[in-house]
Amino acid sequence: MILPGFIVSLMGGGILAWIASQKSLVLTRWISLLTVTVNLLGALVVWWQQPGVSSLWLLDYSIPWIPQFGISVHLAVDGLSLLMLLLTFFLGAIAVLISWKEIQNRVGLYHFCLLWVLAGITGVFLAMDLFLFFFFWEVMLIPMFFLIIIWGHENSRYAAFKFFIFTQASGLLMLVAILGLYFVNGNQTGNYTFDYFHLLEANIAPGVAMWLMLGFLAAFAVKLPVVPFHTWLPDAHSQAPTAGSLILAGLLLKTGAYGLLRFIVPLFRDQAMVIAPWAMAIGVFGIIYGAILAFSQTDLKRLVAYTSVSHMGFIMLGVFSFNELAAQGVVMQMITHGISTGALFILAGFIYERIHTRDITRMGGFWKSMPFLGACGLVFAMASLGLPGLGNFVAEFLTLVGAWQATHKFTIIATLGLVAATIYSLRILQKVFYGTQASATMLVDLSIRERFIMMALVVSIIWLGLFPQPILNTSKQPVKTILEVPDTARTKDKSMQIEIVSIQGKGGRYE
Amino acid sequence: MSNLLWLIPALPFAGSLILIVAGSKLPKKYVPLIGSGSVGVSAFITLLIGMEFITSESGSVIKQVLWQWIDVAGFSPAFGFHLDSLSLVFIFVITFVGFLIHVYSAEFMAEDEGYARFFAFLNLFVGSMLILVLADNLLLLYFGWEGVGLCSYLLIGFWYQEEKNGSAARKAFIITRVGDTAMAIGLFMIFKTMGTVNLVDIQGQATSVWTVGSYEVTLIALLLLGGAVGKSAQLPLQSWLPDAMAGPSPVSALIHAATMVTAGVYLIARTHVVFELAPTAQFVVGVLGAVTLLMAGFSALTQYDLKRVLAYSTISQIGYMFLALGIGAWSSAIFHFMIHAFFKALLFLAAGAVIMALHHEHDMFKMGGLRKKLPVIYWTFLIGAASLAALPLITAGFYSKDQILWLAWAGEKGNTWFFLAALVGAFITAIYTFRMVFLTFFGEEKTQVSHVPGSLINIPLIVLAVLSTGAGFIEVPHSLGHLQWFTDFLSPLLPITIIRPGIESTEWMIQLLAAGLSIGGAGLAYYFYGVRPSLHIQIKNAIPQVHNFLLKGWRFDSLYDWTFVKPFVYLSNVNKNDLVDWPFNALVTVAGFIHRLFAFTQSGILRWYLIGIVVGAILILTLGILI
Repeated sequence: MILPGFIVSLMGGGILAWIASQKSLVLTRWISLLTVTVNLLGALVVWWQQPGVSSLWLLDYSIPWIPQFGISVHLAVDGLSLLMLLLTFFLGAIAVLISWKEIQNRVGLYHFCLLWVLAGITGVFLAMDLFLFFFFWEVMLIPMFFLIIIWGHENSRYAAFKFFIFTQASGLLMLVAILGLYFVNGNQTGNYTFDYFHLLEANIAPGVAMWLMLGFLAAFAVKLPVVPFHTWLPDAHSQAPTAGSLILAGLLLKTGAYGLLRFIVPLFRDQAMVIAPWAMAIGVFGIIYGAILAFSQTDLKRLVAYTSVSHMGFIMLGVFSFNELAAQGVVMQMITHGISTGALFILAGFIYERIHTRDITRMGGFWKSMPFLGACGLVFAMASLGLPGLGNFVAEFLTLVGAWQATHKFTIIATLGLVAATIYSLRILQKVFYGTQASATMLVDLSIRERFIMMALVVSIIWLGLFPQPILNTSKQPVKTILEVPDTARTKDKSMQIEIVSIQGKGGRYE
Repeated sequence: MSNLLWLIPALPFAGSLILIVAGSKLPKKYVPLIGSGSVGVSAFITLLIGMEFITSESGSVIKQVLWQWIDVAGFSPAFGFHLDSLSLVFIFVITFVGFLIHVYSAEFMAEDEGYARFFAFLNLFVGSMLILVLADNLLLLYFGWEGVGLCSYLLIGFWYQEEKNGSAARKAFIITRVGDTAMAIGLFMIFKTMGTVNLVDIQGQATSVWTVGSYEVTLIALLLLGGAVGKSAQLPLQSWLPDAMAGPSPVSALIHAATMVTAGVYLIARTHVVFELAPTAQFVVGVLGAVTLLMAGFSALTQYDLKRVLAYSTISQIGYMFLALGIGAWSSAIFHFMIHAFFKALLFLAAGAVIMALHHEHDMFKMGGLRKKLPVIYWTFLIGAASLAALPLITAGFYSKDQILWLAWAGEKGNTWFFLAALVGAFITAIYTFRMVFLTFFGEEKTQVSHVPGSLINIPLIVLAVLSTGAGFIEVPHSLGHLQWFTDFLSPLLPITIIRPGIESTEWMIQLLAAGLSIGGAGLAYYFYGVRPSLHIQIKNAIPQVHNFLLKGWRFDSLYDWTFVKPFVYLSNVNKNDLVDWPFNALVTVAGFIHRLFAFTQSGILRWYLIGIVVGAILILTLGILI
């Protein structure tokens, strides 16, 4: 029961917070904080109680929803989903905390949207029914649209629509692919179902499978994002309120990465291997391209957004390397990038609250007046450039070590990305914290609430850098299962099925 | 005692953590106590463990694994330490020289508002450096390696309010990161071939995995060398070090002279098995060392800034160490590292004291006559300079450099060119060293002494001066009595250099030559800067381009500026608005245009509608007739 509990409590908490805003805004904030914190504790308990690394699926919950179409509310959690849940609730709690002072306008609606985005994300990480998955995919999109457009900055309309259209258009392609998968599998087996575990067994003709995979890939590639589908991201990130940027960078992008691991690789392994060289090429291109663009940006949030584009390239490289090292690196990257980039957006938010600009040419010398902020900025700039001792290093290094087993030339280019990351990260430090202070007014360093937020993030990124093994243990079994090459018997079976399908295809059953 | 090993790096980290968290709230007098104290205790533990190590039977190592860092699919580096004779030499130098520099800094930085921050970074550096040399696997070594890079960045840019310090700091970090990238790729290759990154395993398995001179091992050695040249400021990644002098003088002494910049030497010595299997790569090490030591030496001759002379001299002296590594004179390289750490730390600290005394004056041509005013600094600086110039018999530098010269000549992998480069280098070293001495301490006084250093500055100088002289006697060549404590200490680990047969008898000639050249160089410097001070100005004016070329460090900055920096910045700026967004926005524009087009037809004006109907009808009729 705890799995639907996560989602329902977030949705319920959102409604409750909205209602409470009629009475007291403080109450609204406390309700959201409490809701997310309880969920975080719940996820921690599940993590604590996991019965050893050997078992794959820790919890499973399933009731029929629309049985006529084979749709059910099927939620399940394995190590991978669990880690994503922990990340979601951790960053979710921080998102509530950073909005404490920043949001003064329509507070109730804001917290409703915030919690519903989180609910959608939670659902995406838990859904084991493709229809349900698509449902949650939309649930996280719409409140996010409102977060950007209502509480965003000066150009938020443009950014919100761009975000919506990109995500929605690619989501539709995924819907077509989901339906295609549903019908192809149903035609073959007579069992029309959206259930993930049933569809894993589906044997699809390679040609069809390629198209279906591309449909899924479209949605995940836009979300991740992969160059050239990344252009919604800098706009959305820079225009969103701080919590919005945090959730976008920390969580929404990760749903794309999660989708690659959860759906693309196990469902369409052969096709994924066919496109692997292209996917890796586009990934490393993104690493370099994002890094070069990050260097020239003057809007601090836009700059950080482009660093995300660069870092997400590692995910493409890692997923399509098809080995445990790289895939574990990808899992680490999802978590550590969520924390480190989220932290950079929060820092940008803190600075914005003080000087009301995101323009780094108008910053400088903040180390003097805000040493605490400076120290945090240093930590996360270093995380971003992959300094050992911080979580991102473990992620990127594992990805690269793994990728080296698959491809030499792309790994070399990706490794050069570390130099590019150094260049833009140090530029952030130089422009914001070094030099002499541009404005004469003395700035106040972080408040206790702000310090608490930053300390939570700093401690976790260092912990992940020094003791990543608990995380890696949790994701070990899921990652192995995802990458597991089907045994020869199944392959033989598959080739037989392919013949049948092609005969059926001639029979014109698809038309 | 040996299970205290982990404390050696842990204490400086703890000190750093305390200072970062509570530094601004602590009373000022506790800051240096924590900063120096943590390193001091580390040094003391090093001494205890070192005693135990020496008295125990030779060949023993101390291992300590703290925790398993990562364990994924066979890639399983631990937070584990490995102490053998090589790392013992390094931790000895790091903790002791580090401690002295901390003590010195307590006075040197006392007026600075970033006092706690300075000690925090300095401690962090010492901790990282200790991890680097104690690591039992390459990934942990990389951890320390990047950690010292970070500290170097932080401390070069310590006075962050000045723009030029910030850019010097970034330059250092970025250039060394280029080398680190090569090293990381080397690490991937090693793991793929061997399935391990453990240093002992690599050492043990290398000879069975690779054949001598195979393509793969050569490539790996060259990639590791890439990392080494970055950190150790050797050609072609040397250009960051002179600018690194923007940091406070104790930083220059500790990081950019005595310890961090020799990390490359450590790496190559540590993986010497790989380099021995790749003779081509090893030869490249030697060539880079030889060329770097000459180029940097020539540049040192022309500098005005006292600290920049020392910076170029550091590059040059590390060039000697690389040359030694290249000819397989492993223990000589490490010996020179140790002696160099003593005298170069001494020179930098003394230079820092001079600069402080003259109110931040760096230009040697505005100094002079300080011999009387600052006697302690004068004498200690003179001892350090003598050691750097390798004045015969009495200085430690003579013994360490002489060994390299001799092996470049007589060693199996030595050759005439290496020997000549080392010899010419020794001559140049003597000239620029004593140029420094004469300009700074002799002649007339040009700038008033405003501040006389106190005992916390003097004591470390004196200790280092003693070491710069005395430490040489643990290794005395054949012709002067034959003592090999240092080589013997390292010999089970680092192989002894083989000398070409029938050449031993020439050793005294080589020594005589080297001694003559260093005294001659000092004499020449005296002639130029003591006897006829106008002469060097005439020379400079006769060949201004050459002078400028050397002053600017062979113009590597301009070269990299034009080949890398400018294209990158151009590319970045030209695409600031992200060209990829263009087609998407074009789509929006087109859609908007069509929208307006159709909206235009819905104008509400009846005439237009009628015209539309008529035109449409005609069109349909025409089409109907035609088809």
